Amino acid sequence: MIAISNLMGPSKEGKGSARWAKAGQWLFLGAIFFYLYAPIAVLVVNSFNQSKYGHNWKGFTWKWYEKLLNNQNLMDAFWHSIAIGLLAATFATLLGTLMAYALYRYNFTLKRVTSGMLFVVMMSPDIVLAITFLVIFMALGIHLGFWSLLIAHITFCLPFVVITVYARLNDFDGNLIEAARDLGASEARTFFTVVMPMSMPAIVSGWLLSFTLSLDDVIVSSFVTGPSYEILPIRVFSMVRVGVSPEVNALATGLLILSVVLVVVAQLILRKGKSQ
Amino acid sequence: MNFRRLIISVTLAWLTVFVFLPHLLLVGTSVMTPNPDHLVVWPVTLDSFEKVFTPLYFSVFWHSLELAAIATVICLMLAYPFAWILSTFNSRTQALLLFLLILPFWTNSLIRTYAIKILLGKKGLVNATMINLGIIDEPIQLLYTEFAVIFGLVYLLLPFMVLPLYSSFDKMDKSLLEAGRDLGAGTVQRFRHIILPLTMPGIVSGSLIVFLPAMGMFYIADLLGGAKNLLLGNVVKNLFLVARDWPMGAAFSVIMMLMMALMLLLYVQANRLVSRKGGLHDSNL
Repeated sequence: MIAISNLMGPSKEGKGSARWAKAGQWLFLGAIFFYLYAPIAVLVVNSFNQSKYGHNWKGFTWKWYEKLLNNQNLMDAFWHSIAIGLLAATFATLLGTLMAYALYRYNFTLKRVTSGMLFVVMMSPDIVLAITFLVIFMALGIHLGFWSLLIAHITFCLPFVVITVYARLNDFDGNLIEAARDLGASEARTFFTVVMPMSMPAIVSGWLLSFTLSLDDVIVSSFVTGPSYEILPIRVFSMVRVGVSPEVNALATGLLILSVVLVVVAQLILRKGKSQ
Repeated sequence: MNFRRLIISVTLAWLTVFVFLPHLLLVGTSVMTPNPDHLVVWPVTLDSFEKVFTPLYFSVFWHSLELAAIATVICLMLAYPFAWILSTFNSRTQALLLFLLILPFWTNSLIRTYAIKILLGKKGLVNATMINLGIIDEPIQLLYTEFAVIFGLVYLLLPFMVLPLYSSFDKMDKSLLEAGRDLGAGTVQRFRHIILPLTMPGIVSGSLIVFLPAMGMFYIADLLGGAKNLLLGNVVKNLFLVARDWPMGAAFSVIMMLMMALMLLLYVQANRLVSRKGGLHDSNL
C-alpha cells in the first residue's frame, strides 16, 4: 500500500517513506521479471548441464548442442520455422504497409469493413483463427503444408503491421505527399520515394513484430501444418510431451541468442534511420 | 491498373479470401450435419449448439471458463501495479522494461511452457527451493494439476495484460490526480474516482486479450495439466483433428466469437465512459 500511495504523487510523509516506496516498487518489478525469466534461465543453464534431467549441476558439456545439430528432424523443423518466419514477416510487412497506406490515403467503399476485418483478426483468439484457416484451406483445396502455413502466418501478422505503419503515417506531414504529387510524381512513385522511406522505422518494427508472432505461434500452426512441412512447435510438442529432451534446452538457448542479435541489429538500423 | 486501384483491390481480395470467407464458412460449418467421410453434409441443423449444453460438453466448457477467468484475474492483479509503476519511470527506463517484457516471446511459447514443466516437476526448482527452505519435507505434486495450468496461462499471457494497461496509464492526465488532491480527495477516493475509471479501457481490453485466448491454449493443458481435457482448446482440437466432428468444433468457435463480440461491446462502453469523463478520446487498440 505504501508503494501504491506513492504512485499517487508526492506523499505528505517524509523522504524516508518515499524511498521505501521506491524500493518496494523495484522489488515488485523484480519479482515479476524473475517470474518471467526464471524458467528460461533454467533452460539455458540446463542446456550446458551434463545431467539429462537437470535436477542438479553435474558439470559443463556441449553434448546437447551436438545432439541438437545431429537431430535432423528437429533441425529441419527449426529451419522451416525460420523460413516461414522470414517469409511471413516480409510479405505481411509488404502487404500491411500497402494496406495501411490505402486506409490512410484513400476513401473507398468497404473501408470500414476493411478495418473491421483487420480488427477481427487481431482480436480473435488463436484457436478461432486456426479453425477459420483450416476450413478455408479445405474448401479451396489448398494442401496443408508450406503454403497453408505461410498464408496463415501472413494473415495473422497483417493487422499488427497495419496499425504500426498507420500510426506513423498519421504522425507525419501529409503535405509532403501533396508536394510530391504537385511536383509530378505518380501515386506509385510518391509511395516508394516519399512514404516508404519516411515510415521506415514503423516498417522495421512491423517486420520484427511479425517475425516474433510467427516464431511464437503454436495454435494456428498446429491446425494448418502437414507432414510435408513440419515446423518447430509441432516437432517440439511431440518431443516434450512425454519426457525431458535436453536438445530442446539447447534449441531454446539458440533461439534466445538469435533474437538478441536480431534486436540489436534492428536497433542499429533504426538508429541509423533516425540520424539521417 | 493504377496504383490506387491496385492496392485497394489487393487489400480487399486478401481480407475477403482469408478472413471474411473463412469466418463465414466457420459459421456455416457449425450448422451442418457431421459426417465421418465428408466432414460435413446437409441438412442444416442446430444439433451441435444443442450438444454444447449437454452435461458432457457443458461441464468442460464451464470449467474452462473458470480456469480462464482465474488466470485473467491473476494477470490483472499482477499487471495493474506493474503497468502503473512502469508509467511513473522516465521514458528510457520504460522502453527498456517494456523490451524486457517482450523479449521472452522470441522463444516459442511451447518451449516456454516446457520450461515451466521443468520448473514445476517433482525435482524441479520450485520443489527443491521449498525443501531447502524447510517449507515442505517431501516434494509436492505441482505438475499435472490445475495450479500448473493456471501458472502457465498467467506466465504466457501476463505481457498481453500489461501492454494495454500501460497504454492507459501512459495516457492518463496526471494533473487530474493533483486536482483531486487539491479538492480534498483521499488516496482511496482518487483511485476509485479518477484512476480506476480512466484505466478501465485498459482493464477491459487487457482482459479481452487474455481471457478468450486462455481458453484456447490447448498445449498448456496438454503439457502442464496432464492428458485431461481441461481447456476448451483441447476439446476443439480433438473435435477437429481426431474425432472429426467439425460442426461441433465450429459451434464452440462460434460461441467464442459471440463472447468476443460481447466483450468488445463492453470495451466500447468503457471507452465511451472515459471520453465522457474527459482525458481520453481515442481508443487505445
